[in-house]
Amino acid sequence: MWDYTDKVKDHFLNPRNVGSIENADAVGEVGSLACGDALKLFIKLDDKKERIVDARFQTFGCGSAIASSSALTEMVKGKTLDEALQITNQEIADFLGGLPEEKMHCSVMGQEALEVAIAKYRGVAVPKHDHEHDEAGMEGEIVCKCFGLTDVFLKKVIASNKLHTAEQVTHFTKAGGACGGCIPKIKALIAEVMGEEKKAEEKKPGKLTNMRKMQLIQETLENEVRPQLWADGGDLELIDIDGGKVQIAFRKACAGCASSGFTAKFVEQKLRELVADDITVEEVQG
Amino acid sequence: MKEIYLDNNATTRVDEAVFEEMRPYFCELYGNPSSMHFFGGQVQKKVDEARSRVAALLGALPEEIIFTACGTESDNAAIRSALEVFPEKRHIITTRVEHPAVLTLCRNLTKKGYRVTELNVDNAGRLDLDELKSAIDDNTAIVSVMYANNETGVIFPVEEVAAIAKEKGALFHTDAVQAVGKIPLNMASSSIDMLSLSGHKLHAPKGIGVLYLRKGVPFRPFMVGGHQERNRRAGTESTSSIIALGKACELAATSMDDENTRVKAMRDRLEKELLAIIPDARINGGGADRLPNTASVAFEFVEGEAILLLLSEKGICASSGSACTSGSLEPSHVLRAMGVPFTCAHGSIRFSLSRFTTDDDIDAVIRELPPIVKRLRDMSPFGR
Repeated sequence: MWDYTDKVKDHFLNPRNVGSIENADAVGEVGSLACGDALKLFIKLDDKKERIVDARFQTFGCGSAIASSSALTEMVKGKTLDEALQITNQEIADFLGGLPEEKMHCSVMGQEALEVAIAKYRGVAVPKHDHEHDEAGMEGEIVCKCFGLTDVFLKKVIASNKLHTAEQVTHFTKAGGACGGCIPKIKALIAEVMGEEKKAEEKKPGKLTNMRKMQLIQETLENEVRPQLWADGGDLELIDIDGGKVQIAFRKACAGCASSGFTAKFVEQKLRELVADDITVEEVQG
Repeated sequence: MKEIYLDNNATTRVDEAVFEEMRPYFCELYGNPSSMHFFGGQVQKKVDEARSRVAALLGALPEEIIFTACGTESDNAAIRSALEVFPEKRHIITTRVEHPAVLTLCRNLTKKGYRVTELNVDNAGRLDLDELKSAIDDNTAIVSVMYANNETGVIFPVEEVAAIAKEKGALFHTDAVQAVGKIPLNMASSSIDMLSLSGHKLHAPKGIGVLYLRKGVPFRPFMVGGHQERNRRAGTESTSSIIALGKACELAATSMDDENTRVKAMRDRLEKELLAIIPDARINGGGADRLPNTASVAFEFVEGEAILLLLSEKGICASSGSACTSGSLEPSHVLRAMGVPFTCAHGSIRFSLSRFTTDDDIDAVIRELPPIVKRLRDMSPFGR
């Protein structure tokens, strides 16, 4: 049984603003029957077209999807469109007194529907995240084929919610939750986002001696990389280090895995993030 | 709030008579059956009696009964043993609709180099025996096919499967956790080599299971470190639970007729009335031979967790094949394997009855569920 807060239960059992708005100024629709949840958001603006005077929703989904939709409609009322766009999925969850992590994707769905509705109203490119929309104008590249999620969308959610593991990304976006084929890609995206953040913070060690660099590479592989591979039944072996060039060979499930390219990229990003920018990782047979 | 409990495929209420039977074996008769003294010896006698009672329900010999901690352990023990018995054979056959106890193990074994064939089922959840015949070969160590499905109640023709396995020299195991106590079994006239059962599905406590191991079938124990269970399952016996299971099996034998008449009639009435009142609903596995206690009903355009939460508000306990209740994101692997469309798979609810279910319980569901489904459909953008 999910440990839902009283507020989630209240908004699920007594949802506010259910229904549609005739002549709505903005409508945003995300999700699908196949995905297991879908939300259609209706927004009505005041006569000056500045503030949201009414918001209604129709939702197909679990208890927390309905509660998140209800919360969202309450939160946007009275706000300008710009103010509404500032609402994050975390704020939707906070409004409800928190959501179980596995259910955070419900709050993300609310935030997404709002973004789609406002973008459509303004006639700007709709941020397209899932396969219910046509692929033309899609922002970024599809990472999770099962739920049709793009790298741009995933990186945004990873960054704004400070996600560190692929499991968390699944809880927040569903990506990787079906066939699991994109999990290596998700890990690479996390590494990328974390790398970008780290870069901004300049936390990397300064100039390294060759000796110290090799030592750090080994430590990073042992402590940061291999445990993650073990979790998926894989492994790697360090073959050689030549300046910034690191040669590795994949073992166990990683050996011959179709996604080993992504895994190598993941290793490279980790090493660049924690050791030095100039590292390149090369996969060798050994 | 008094619970209306219709989730008996998840777990069952311990029968009062079962509880009374096990009660003395905690604070009074707590001896270890392996001890030399009279105090342990009297417990040994009760454990033997329990073994005979379990054997009687299965139509088996007492020495063919190995007590384990749960159904999952029995499944693991059976499959792992077969692979050790035939180290040269690297192929396993199972089905796409198995319980995770079998399916996860088999999928993990693929990482160790085993080849696993997962047999498909048709829209009614029925197995394709021709697919089995073409998949099985001399390299097949074990075929593991469940007796009856936990989500839909669909019964598989395990005797036919066992015969096909035997012909090819493979061992046959069946996870009969949902079948034991609900439908008659007779190991004496069967080709099943190994069978798993779980106590808490038949009104015994949680934490006790059985692996039936046919006499003469080679076995390599998975748990070692003691002589218990004739060296086939090490570890001090959970005496009170074993004794409880013995009593539960005795009671199951006497209540089997009730299960197949009164309980079945209640299940049938539930399905019939729900389908009559609620549009766009269907029975998953409705066209197949099924357990008498299980109803898996799909409601299109609604999501199962939302139904369960609203039912729970009314005191009704059921379960769903929905992704959202389990924390996974895909709807039930069983319903998907059956080709149940996504529109229904997300909105499937399982009601599982027991001999403690009453007509009032069924009436409550027939009264409360239709407005819940309507309410959620009215809220949905799919406009039903």
